Amino acid sequence: MKIPLSWLREFAELPAKCTPELIESAFVKVGFEVEEIVIQGADLTGPLVVARVESIEELADLKKPIRYVGLDCGEGSIRYVICGATNFAMGDLVVAALPGAVLPGDFAISARETYGKTSNGMICSARELGISDEHQGIIVLPANAAAIGSDAIALLEINEMIIDVAVNPDRGYALSARGLAREIAISLNVPFKDPALHDYLAAHKATGANPIQVKIDDPSGADFIHIRTLDGVNVAAPTPLWMSRRIEKCGMRSISLAVDITNYVMLELGQPLHAFDADKISGGLHVQRAGSQKEFVTLDGLKRTLTSDSLMIADDKKLLALAGTMGGLESEVTDSTVRIALEAAHFDPISVAKNSRSHKLSSEASRRLERNVDPAVASVASARAAALLIELSGASFVGESTDGAVGKHRVITFEPQAISRLIGYEYSPDQISGALTAIGGEVTKVSESEWTLTVPTWRADLEVISDLAEEVARVNGFDLIPSRLPVGRAGATLTPMQQRKRGVGQMLANLGFSEVYNYPFVSPEMVKTLGFVGPRAASFRIANPMSDEAPLLRTHLLPGLLQALQRNLSRGAKDVAIFEIGTVFRDTAALAKVGIIQTASRPADDIIKKIYASVPTQPLFVVGVVSGSLDRKGWWGKGRAYDWSDAVSLAERIVLETGNRATIVQSDLAPWHPGRCAEIQIDGKPVAHAGELHPRVLEELNLPPRSVAFGVILSELPFAPTTTSVPVLTMPAAIQDISLFVDASVPSAEVEEALRTGAGDLLESITLFDRYEQAGDARVSLAFTMTFRAPDRTLTADEVSGFRLAAAAKAIEACGATIRD
Amino acid sequence: MSLTSSEIDGIASAAFEAIAAAKDLDALKEVRIAHVGDRSPIAKANQSLGSMDPSARAEFGKVIGKAKGLITTSFEARQKVLEEERDARVLVEERVDVSIAAKRTPQGGLHPLTILTNEICDLFTGLGYRVAEGPELEAEWLNFDSLNIPADHPARTMQDTFFIEPLDSHLVLRTHTSPVQMRTMLEEKPPIYVICPGRTYRADELDATHTPVFSQVEGLVVDRGITMADLKGTLDHFARSIFGADVKTRLRPSFFPFTEPSAEVDFFFNGRWVEWGGCGMVNPKVLRAAGIDPEEFSGFAFGMGLERTLMVKHGITDMHDIVEGDIRFTQNFGSGLR
Repeated sequence: MKIPLSWLREFAELPAKCTPELIESAFVKVGFEVEEIVIQGADLTGPLVVARVESIEELADLKKPIRYVGLDCGEGSIRYVICGATNFAMGDLVVAALPGAVLPGDFAISARETYGKTSNGMICSARELGISDEHQGIIVLPANAAAIGSDAIALLEINEMIIDVAVNPDRGYALSARGLAREIAISLNVPFKDPALHDYLAAHKATGANPIQVKIDDPSGADFIHIRTLDGVNVAAPTPLWMSRRIEKCGMRSISLAVDITNYVMLELGQPLHAFDADKISGGLHVQRAGSQKEFVTLDGLKRTLTSDSLMIADDKKLLALAGTMGGLESEVTDSTVRIALEAAHFDPISVAKNSRSHKLSSEASRRLERNVDPAVASVASARAAALLIELSGASFVGESTDGAVGKHRVITFEPQAISRLIGYEYSPDQISGALTAIGGEVTKVSESEWTLTVPTWRADLEVISDLAEEVARVNGFDLIPSRLPVGRAGATLTPMQQRKRGVGQMLANLGFSEVYNYPFVSPEMVKTLGFVGPRAASFRIANPMSDEAPLLRTHLLPGLLQALQRNLSRGAKDVAIFEIGTVFRDTAALAKVGIIQTASRPADDIIKKIYASVPTQPLFVVGVVSGSLDRKGWWGKGRAYDWSDAVSLAERIVLETGNRATIVQSDLAPWHPGRCAEIQIDGKPVAHAGELHPRVLEELNLPPRSVAFGVILSELPFAPTTTSVPVLTMPAAIQDISLFVDASVPSAEVEEALRTGAGDLLESITLFDRYEQAGDARVSLAFTMTFRAPDRTLTADEVSGFRLAAAAKAIEACGATIRD
Repeated sequence: MSLTSSEIDGIASAAFEAIAAAKDLDALKEVRIAHVGDRSPIAKANQSLGSMDPSARAEFGKVIGKAKGLITTSFEARQKVLEEERDARVLVEERVDVSIAAKRTPQGGLHPLTILTNEICDLFTGLGYRVAEGPELEAEWLNFDSLNIPADHPARTMQDTFFIEPLDSHLVLRTHTSPVQMRTMLEEKPPIYVICPGRTYRADELDATHTPVFSQVEGLVVDRGITMADLKGTLDHFARSIFGADVKTRLRPSFFPFTEPSAEVDFFFNGRWVEWGGCGMVNPKVLRAAGIDPEEFSGFAFGMGLERTLMVKHGITDMHDIVEGDIRFTQNFGSGLR
């Protein structure tokens, strides 16, 4: 909330000299963030004077209305200026900037020739002076506001510090001059004078002619309401400058006297008020729910659709206002209003919040009522506003009606030492009682360890000892709290999964991959392009997505990675290898439904189980995509494109690194190339896919041909048991090569496995060193190198060729191979 | 045939001169044939011993043997010198410009958010904290209700929180990592020391300082006798570890539903106070919802945005760089190796 320093000064005895730094640190100390402090008028220098319009010449034949105005600026002669505004008449008092003045924005005023005339100054709008956003015409001062030629800077109280304070949601009372003055008085330890203690209507007794009566029909909607009726209101009376200027400084607009008074009192005391045209009220007022009434027109002219529980103010026949949020068009104060019913109520904050939210109507009133205003201030604010109406518009006080009751002060019994124990600082009894008194409470010491606090009415947030601890800590200053480093439990370490995640990321980074973090929002078009079906098409949908185009949650990391790949390529990168480690969301399992669950105590175990079961399992993936080379071209020669086999090998490597054994089988999973996609299995269960991406997908996404991808489900890889060491043999090795023909459809892995089985226990390793396919031949030639080694002797040539033959025999039997010699 | 001692001296001198005059190994090879080999004058002299008078043979044999030895030594010495010269020349010839090997191996990198997260997790595991993680798609009750954020709280509107269809699934994209704290309190008994890093979601438009998908790290301690001084000390230690030993912190009173007292923590860095995160003593209502007796245990919690921390620490000026996945951004941070 924005507040001018002068208003704070009215209730808090602030030091004579207050710098912005002092004010800011004082508010921050007690928990109020200062968004901004501006010194209004700092960029404005005079002469700026009050002038009377003596003549108006409308210049003809121009595209817009232009006036040549004669002004009496108290100089003994008439000064002429050009003016583009038309909202003034002969005899009006206006604000004139004379040559030599500098307006905000470094706008120097000088005599100048324009429209064929000499303009000797300027008539100013509020915006030109930097004092409000109002620019519908120039400022017209109330008649007799000040003497002609007097200083308008002083008159408009332009030179002032305005502080914009952020008020936390538990401190509704602080959205007022009263609340903020109290807080800064606490912070600076200076006296505070509570404006709510003043009897504003002491001099005005009710005249008693049928005041409007009020009744709370639904006590859940309000606990107290106060209606004061005033008669003989002159709605045309002007708002005095001191009032309109304060309203403007608080960031609101001056509208009309009746509205200005309710706003002024709200800004001062924190209590929202509403003025009804009392002659539009049939019978009495009621606080009630909308019930069967479905529609209501608010004073902004909009037709609002109500729900049956919308909290309303009504009369005996019709709805009059959306309670605490906005009045109705029908009962609005107009030019012809004579009688006013002033409403001040303590509405249920939640009902007001619902009103404001369901109609997207965050008004100054609802903002305060939602955050809980002081229930005791409603009557005072109503009296204050009534007194102002009497004083400024010549109204008379008819009478009042209330319903409900302001709740009693709550009393909290507490152990003062518990506060020191929670904060970790030994507060003296004086520090504790001093703080709790400063915030408006009353402390009674029953015994050394038992005190009571009578909680001020405006502090609904104070309930338990930790609430009081916060008050004691903040009033005495958080800088008193010492610094102590606690140490947790021995044996803290990363879980195996956390270590795995780290290790895989590190490995990929070391191999030349760059890690990225993508948004998990996916479009249905992308799902279609990638050809996702089954679990990968079972997306959760966001009810309120950032973009309607991408309302789905990712079921795979590929969509985000492919977009990041596109972005890198579009920015000129040629070789891109990126990866992401993250969770995916698949709506594949039936989830438990939970209703409303209490929070006053730990829910029963079966309820907790149900809450957990309402949340889907979210698998952890690592996915990478590559376009171009990792082994780039350079001075050393050509680069080597990262191809399908690199992707498959890398996926396999990740699985192997976790200590698992991987089996690579042919697959055709979208969005991979159906002939160039590997599935990696552990014990027959798929844990990874890798290979070249489908040419159609690459084309649709405008990605380079032959781009590859791999994905491993990290959360599906078992944690392998402790590795058993294999003895390192030191006898000489014997090497045998073997070349075979097999049908092209037989995977090399199968041939290798057959050779391995046939070769016997002394086979140390086997490697495919050549694969040759001849066009037109249904067969493929595979060449392997086999290394044999015995633990205890040098193998003879006869032994080794025997192993080779046995291996070949197995490959012939199992894979239909023929030996190629 | 017979030779005189002076003749032998002459042969030797000629050999020495020829050896010294050999400019390279090829020339030395010629010298070897002419002055050292089987057909050289000294070899021939040696062969002539056989036809000598036996009485003179022994003495003259000594003279020839000595001369032969000196020639051989001289030859070998010269050969060694010339070989060394050749080796040195070859090495000079094989010299390369080693600077062209720069960045020959492909460069990758970890996202700085990962590097920072790892750094923070290591810092806190060193303090005896477990790293706790939880689901990003989370039960509304764990994200809100149990943390004293009731149904009508402003944070629970569609403007701030991503809800999942149908709404009666009561699933949200978690708005903070606090549900991990609640899960920990529901699953474990105090003492609890956990640090919770993770991705979080709020319906903010992406701009230079906001992103709808961001990262948080939260800490939670629940133990006997935990005070706000413990919170302050932990934050001091945390800030100094991340931003440098001379960084200062301050707590400002604030409001969060799940803590009471609540505070904002700022740190003083590069000449200004920077808002870092929220913190406070765990609200007794939250402890109660988790089944922990607030009379017996107290606790503190804190939470920071990692993007903000990263931006301040590394001078990143635009959030877009963090979220767009440009490899140049990631590669600049390398793999975080120190």
